Amino acid sequence: MSNPILRVENLHVNFNTYAGTVQAIRDVSFDLNQGETLAIVGESGSGKSVTTKTLMGLNAKNAVIPENSRLLFKDKNLLELSEEEWQHVRGNEIAMIFQDPMTSLDPTMKIGQQIAEPLIKHQELSEKDALARALELMKGVGIPNAEEHINDYPHQWSGGMRQRAVIAIALAADPEILIADEPTTALDVTIQAQILNLMKQLQKQSNSSIIFITHDLGVVAGMADRVAVMYAGKIVEYGTVDEIFFNPQHPYTWGLLNSMPTTDTAEGSLQAIPGTPPDLLEPPLGDAFAPRNSYALAIDSKEEPPFFKISDTHYAATWLLDERAPKVTPPEQILKRWARWEEIQGQEA
Amino acid sequence: MTEETPKKLVELNDLQLYFNKGKANEVRAIDHVSFDIYEGEVFGLVGESGSGKTTIGRTILKLYEPNDGTITFDGEDVTKLKGKQLSNFRKDAQMIFQDPQASLNGRMKVRDIIAEGIDINHLAKSKSERNAKVQDLLDLVGLNKDHATRYPHEFSGGQRQRIGIARALAVDPKFIIADEPISALDVSIQAQVVNLMKELQKRHSLTYLFIAHDLSMVKYISDRIGVMHWGKLLEIGTSDAVYNHPLHPYTKSLLSAIPVPDPEAESLRQHIDYDTTIETDGKERSMIEVNPGHFVLATPEEAELYKQQQK
Amino acid sequence: MAANTEDFVIVGAQNSEANEHISKPALSFWQDAWRRLKLNKLAVISLWFLVFILGFALVSNFFVTQNKANAFDSDNVGKYKNLPPNSGLPIPGWNGKLKEPGATDTTDPYKNNNVKENFILGTDNLGRSLGKRVIVGLRISLLVAISATFIDLLIGVTYGVFSGWKGGWVDVVMQRIIEILSSVPNLIVVTMFGLLLGNGVTSIIIAIAITGWLSMARQVRNMTLSLKERDYVLAAKSLGESSTKIAIKHLIPNMAGTIIVQIMMTVPSAIMFEAVLSAINLGVKPPTASLGSLISDAQSMLQFYPYQVLIPSGVLVLISLAFILLGDGLRDAFDPRASED
Repeated sequence: MSNPILRVENLHVNFNTYAGTVQAIRDVSFDLNQGETLAIVGESGSGKSVTTKTLMGLNAKNAVIPENSRLLFKDKNLLELSEEEWQHVRGNEIAMIFQDPMTSLDPTMKIGQQIAEPLIKHQELSEKDALARALELMKGVGIPNAEEHINDYPHQWSGGMRQRAVIAIALAADPEILIADEPTTALDVTIQAQILNLMKQLQKQSNSSIIFITHDLGVVAGMADRVAVMYAGKIVEYGTVDEIFFNPQHPYTWGLLNSMPTTDTAEGSLQAIPGTPPDLLEPPLGDAFAPRNSYALAIDSKEEPPFFKISDTHYAATWLLDERAPKVTPPEQILKRWARWEEIQGQEA
Repeated sequence: MTEETPKKLVELNDLQLYFNKGKANEVRAIDHVSFDIYEGEVFGLVGESGSGKTTIGRTILKLYEPNDGTITFDGEDVTKLKGKQLSNFRKDAQMIFQDPQASLNGRMKVRDIIAEGIDINHLAKSKSERNAKVQDLLDLVGLNKDHATRYPHEFSGGQRQRIGIARALAVDPKFIIADEPISALDVSIQAQVVNLMKELQKRHSLTYLFIAHDLSMVKYISDRIGVMHWGKLLEIGTSDAVYNHPLHPYTKSLLSAIPVPDPEAESLRQHIDYDTTIETDGKERSMIEVNPGHFVLATPEEAELYKQQQK
Repeated sequence: MAANTEDFVIVGAQNSEANEHISKPALSFWQDAWRRLKLNKLAVISLWFLVFILGFALVSNFFVTQNKANAFDSDNVGKYKNLPPNSGLPIPGWNGKLKEPGATDTTDPYKNNNVKENFILGTDNLGRSLGKRVIVGLRISLLVAISATFIDLLIGVTYGVFSGWKGGWVDVVMQRIIEILSSVPNLIVVTMFGLLLGNGVTSIIIAIAITGWLSMARQVRNMTLSLKERDYVLAAKSLGESSTKIAIKHLIPNMAGTIIVQIMMTVPSAIMFEAVLSAINLGVKPPTASLGSLISDAQSMLQFYPYQVLIPSGVLVLISLAFILLGDGLRDAFDPRASED
């Protein structure tokens, strides 16, 4: 295995609310390697956004993180940092791209200034040098005629251009980790395609690591090296992008893959996951996905499944992989994917 | 659907709606658009934000007044409806909104939200009949009876959207305009809502105008698709034809941008850029039937070119 | 893992009862706002204080009539006038003793004048109980507050909703009317009505009626403009709901928070307005007392009998402060984004 730049170990995040404690993250562990893109996939409420906020030290005040949770970045546990130390890490070593480009830009400030500001603050560049660098960055993220637009305000730009500006700000300090929280969800598909291409290209140049948060498996397939699927505050399956898309093992991953129509999805064959994700105020006993899982075993509602190893890089938390479990046949679409996996394996062997 | 000429339920003829007409900031939200929706079909309307697709939906429902052109619903001119006919139209044509958070009044209980149409049109004679109807509608969209006394903010996005669907169905409509009903939802929930809409369509013989920017879901649910850009309808055809044999360069660009949940296909996918000059060069263009039932906005020369390209 | 083989049987998904379950307690907007308001101690204290004051003012009508508070015994003015507050208990400063400015010793006017009763808040320069007069003044202040609220709700909200909902030229005309009205100084209006109707509570209330609702109308109109584009309003329209019903069911409930907060801001300014008018003799006519007139009547004697100014001023400040603090608390309670969770 290559050297991980970030290790998340036993992360728990609870929120104290009037109605009780919401267990938003329930024991999440993962590694992020240098230069890779890790996609965290899940629906709203799965804890993917709380994970990234925790990585940025941006959780709300009522968040409680138990002592044994660890975020190891360059041999430091980020959870032990003071607010001042955080400010150094944030934006400088770990940067973030948010979902809505309009709310993450200051409407009263020129875009060039906004890109230059972190450079002046973190890298102590002079204003002139910072603006020159800002111009370079604007060109780097593909803003046409950057010289003419450096003094524009955000409202003069389209959504796609604004997201490019946000990316330029995030890249300004040359961060080692870039966290992208649904960066293209608010954009049109054609703009999304451009932004995703841009991110891939920039990553190749800088060899930085990206944590990509999304609910769209199509985007994941094109962007990620590795994928972690989250459900109800836990990772339920993780592996390389090929393992997740062609050899998925967790019924929730099956459900996610099946609920996206592809070119050959025949009428009536789109399979939705029934129901609604559980309320993390009272997480269900055992496997949280069991109530919505048509492959649920009796044990699922009693005992939480451990991770079962499928390969060195691929793990899934489902009792179906236990040797005592009956053999189930996954949905047809998944069988097709499995068949493709056999082919790929055959080619490699 | 039988193949003998199906009945046209909605007809749009040369519809135009300009915001700020005659001023410097004039916006041609709907620019000479004509199409028909047949009874019992799902007509998908696709386009990016600002393409005018939402405006068309709202204009059909008489929430906006068009500048010119006609909208005919079930043989009657929608813009001229009044009194009793208008209230009948309000029962027959309903809408499902994009943002399930914004489309439900947070101060009202779910029961009262769903019953709004029942109350307005006096469809229930007693309180118990009203409650029973709401109960049936909740069942229909897969929600529980204890949900009736809760408030919208307690629900997840998918559940809220189903409440919105139940509200629209309460008046037993013939025609539903679904304005981006799934774009604010998670992928897994999108399938749930789309499947529910399909099922309801069969059970209640509904006609849909399904507005979206996501071509893959639209292709799955629609019988026919119209592609819009900058207020103009560029292409119209069966969903298979538009999806598999697109004619207009814009449609091709749009299709090439859709990410597929397949890493191998994704590594091969190339996004085709769209050259907008084809819409701004000032040439006279009209809808030309290139293949039977498959129209494209083009000059005669372009149409010939598109015809050759597909071979 | 002490599982036996029957645990590994496929049971499948559960019914919608289970997989659509919501475990959060069902809270309406109002319950949720009340929960958040309760977290704000000052606002809760203010609320109870205002409830108490309002209840007290209502009940007081039965045992402290206006006539009783105004009447004085012309034969015994000398005996009863300017008695300091006396609780009847040996509390320094509240024991009926008085220290005249410049004097070294305290005097006991109660003993000197041979007064048997204890005036808890003292008496004024005509020997009338200041307590009774403050209660009457309080009632007038609250009457002004209630009429200001009523007018705000009735005229301000209706005007605002109508103007915003109609839009177009109707809105333009209605907004110009507001601007014209708000450019007329209040004092001129009061003086005019004072000339027409004579000074008194009525002309004050009319003056407030003419100008007090303007900012409410503006706020409500702005809210209406943004709310009328909301999807749930469009949904109601497409269901065929009438404009009046839309206003009552969808618009007003969704701006109730803003409306209440606005009232909490209008009320203290109306109370203060009345006090100022009475203080400059444009307000209530003697012998009727209002908090403002009590303050202005006593100010010439401030040096000798400070309690005559301090007591009505204190009541005035406390009421206004309570309204402002409660309004602050309500604003936070109605807007969850401003506070945590």
